[in-house]
Amino acid sequence: MSLRTLSTATVVALTGAFALVFFYAPNDADQGFIQKIFYLHVPLAMTALGGFVLGGIFAIQHLRTRRSEWDLRSYVAIHLSLILAIGVLITGSIWARASWGHWWVWDEPTLVSFLIVTLLYATYQPLRFSIEDRGRQARYASVFAVVAGAFVPLNFLAVRLAQPFSHPRVFATANGGLPPKMQLTFYVSLLGMVLLFFTLWRYEMAAKRTRGKLRALKRRLGGDDEISLGRSAAPQV
Amino acid sequence: MPALPLHEAGKYVAAAYLVFLALLLIYVAIMAIRLGRVERELGELLELAEEREPSLRDGFDANAPRSREPEIQ
Repeated sequence: MSLRTLSTATVVALTGAFALVFFYAPNDADQGFIQKIFYLHVPLAMTALGGFVLGGIFAIQHLRTRRSEWDLRSYVAIHLSLILAIGVLITGSIWARASWGHWWVWDEPTLVSFLIVTLLYATYQPLRFSIEDRGRQARYASVFAVVAGAFVPLNFLAVRLAQPFSHPRVFATANGGLPPKMQLTFYVSLLGMVLLFFTLWRYEMAAKRTRGKLRALKRRLGGDDEISLGRSAAPQV
Repeated sequence: MPALPLHEAGKYVAAAYLVFLALLLIYVAIMAIRLGRVERELGELLELAEEREPSLRDGFDANAPRSREPEIQ
């Protein structure tokens, strides 16, 4: 899919999702209007966690093939997921304040586990930056991405099995989950968020590749055999 | 806790969606800054190329495909 098509699909999906949130989905009987945050917060969280796992999958490919392109893909996926994760923490805090009367609840496993995952991935960039040698940087970062990527579903599973369930569970619960109108709105929001992730991922990849080509062109025109790249957390393609 | 009234809940819902919008805008702004840097470096490269091949100064390739976009000299 071309970047233009993907961008258009993202705009359509997100606009449609927000229209459904405010004009179609009914207010929640228990939480009322505040539950509208759910359609933003949960798709953001799912996309962020999925992005972290995707970063791990790309890292496996990098370790298998040693091609720097896979390292770049992994780096961009993790970088974007971290931004989304920050969005999840902020929107979650706002929701918690409105629903529970507190900005943060430390004995809530879902919140704390998500914070741990975010903090874990927050060390990814400093880790890369601390290693000067490009090859070693890419290898170590890939190992980190694989291990941390495996930790994400394990962490999710552990939280699901933990007691007590104070954080709202809306899927596959004994009560039957979401009503159809809410379900449709949620899935469109999730689709919009996933499309947004892939669109930004493609933009970032294109920008990084362009910079790489520009550097190569500079080297050729400048006639330098070695171009000074300086220390950077981002992979060089 | 009981559900918040609309005028109370509206503030929180708006704040959450604005946070998302702000994150998106900051990201786009950073991308725009990076694009500006690429544009500047391209300009430098063009100058370098012109120094080597003065014919480039006369303009772009006449056989290049036509575009609706204005060309910047």
